[in-house]
Amino acid sequence: MPLWDWNYAWSILPDLLLALVTTIEITIIGSVIALVLGLVFAVLRRARIPVLDQILWAFIEVVRSTPLLVQVFFLAFAVLPALGLQWSAFVIGVVALGVHYATYTSEVYRAGIEAVPVGQWEAATALSLPSTRVWIGVVLPQAVPRVLPALGNYVISMFKEAPLLLAIGVVEVVNAAREAGSQTFRYVEPYTLAGVLFLLLSYPASLLVRRLERNR
Amino acid sequence: MTTLPQIVSGLAQGIPFTVVATVGGIAITIVLSFVAGFLLLSPWRGVRFATRIYVEGFRGTSEIVQLFWIYFVLPILVGYQLVPLVAGIVVLGLNHGAYGAEIVRGAIRSVPRAQYEGAVALSLTPAQRMRRVLFPQALVEMLPPLNNLFIQLLKSSAILALITVPEVTRQAREVLIPNFGDATFTIFGLVFLIYLVLAGLITLVMRLLERWAARRLGRRPLRERRVLEPV
Repeated sequence: MPLWDWNYAWSILPDLLLALVTTIEITIIGSVIALVLGLVFAVLRRARIPVLDQILWAFIEVVRSTPLLVQVFFLAFAVLPALGLQWSAFVIGVVALGVHYATYTSEVYRAGIEAVPVGQWEAATALSLPSTRVWIGVVLPQAVPRVLPALGNYVISMFKEAPLLLAIGVVEVVNAAREAGSQTFRYVEPYTLAGVLFLLLSYPASLLVRRLERNR
Repeated sequence: MTTLPQIVSGLAQGIPFTVVATVGGIAITIVLSFVAGFLLLSPWRGVRFATRIYVEGFRGTSEIVQLFWIYFVLPILVGYQLVPLVAGIVVLGLNHGAYGAEIVRGAIRSVPRAQYEGAVALSLTPAQRMRRVLFPQALVEMLPPLNNLFIQLLKSSAILALITVPEVTRQAREVLIPNFGDATFTIFGLVFLIYLVLAGLITLVMRLLERWAARRLGRRPLRERRVLEPV
């Protein structure tokens, strides 16, 4: 038996590509959650509301310092049953991934917000702009473009961490590769192809982010 | 709460595996980071290119793919099956070493050029230049991002659960949850606590190293804020 069988590789490629679409969906929805929730965290923490600020700080520290896999299990086996909710594995995965990365993006936004010169805040206050306009009209348009490359890196990280969700049965690329392999007992082609698919998408994406970084 | 001792002992059985995986992974990461980091600065194009392939290959693919590849595919290719824990340590090291190489390279490159020129003017040999002038300054720069990288590695060690290593996460998932379904919050609370403590220990050691490295230069330790970019 040859080590690499092209016919077999071709035959499983459609299944892997289909699963890759799921991985991309997870990445996109997870990114939307992470980018929006992270911004909410950053703005809320900037407001320094007593009690809420400490809770948020503790939440962000715990989520950032513990494994995503544990958080996925925590959501699936503790939080959802306690709330009496039943979500599909896909939804559990997307939410866990999104919230996990929101704690990272909130730090990125915070750094971006802190880099906005104090004079900008003072001028906005002097013009007595309402706080929503200060944020939307003055601070964020200066803070967000600055941190886009860092946010982009996190989106790529999410893409690469999405296979973790196979642990709760989401059929993304690596899970599809495992399925294919277990049917034929050939693992060389599925896992190698899975790796190649990741490289084909994430390497160009990371080059793009690096270019963004340089052009800043 | 009568189940608490059983839960604690179940998780405690996993701690040595998590610790060994993390410490082993960090050891390989350190070696690979420095070797690959220096090779990325090599004057020879071929060496830089080969090192780039390692770095981009491991940064560009998913860690889980790498884990499954080494655990399931490598035995078919070389006819030798690694013990799960060893396979896991190797993957943690290879993967994070690729990220660490960029940290080491970046830190050495960030040493002001005048330092290099000064060392040349004093006619230090290239080895002396690196050992006495460039490296000590670069070390101060690279320790905070390496701290983040090591904590990342600690968190990644949880994926070893997927190849049957009985570390903390697997103990919780496979042993405790099926048996103590009504104490899930206790189980996960303890799991979170274990990882927080281990992450805290890594940070503690790294801060001591930072203080030592900075003092060697007669500086105060620069403590940068944690995580801006994924390392």
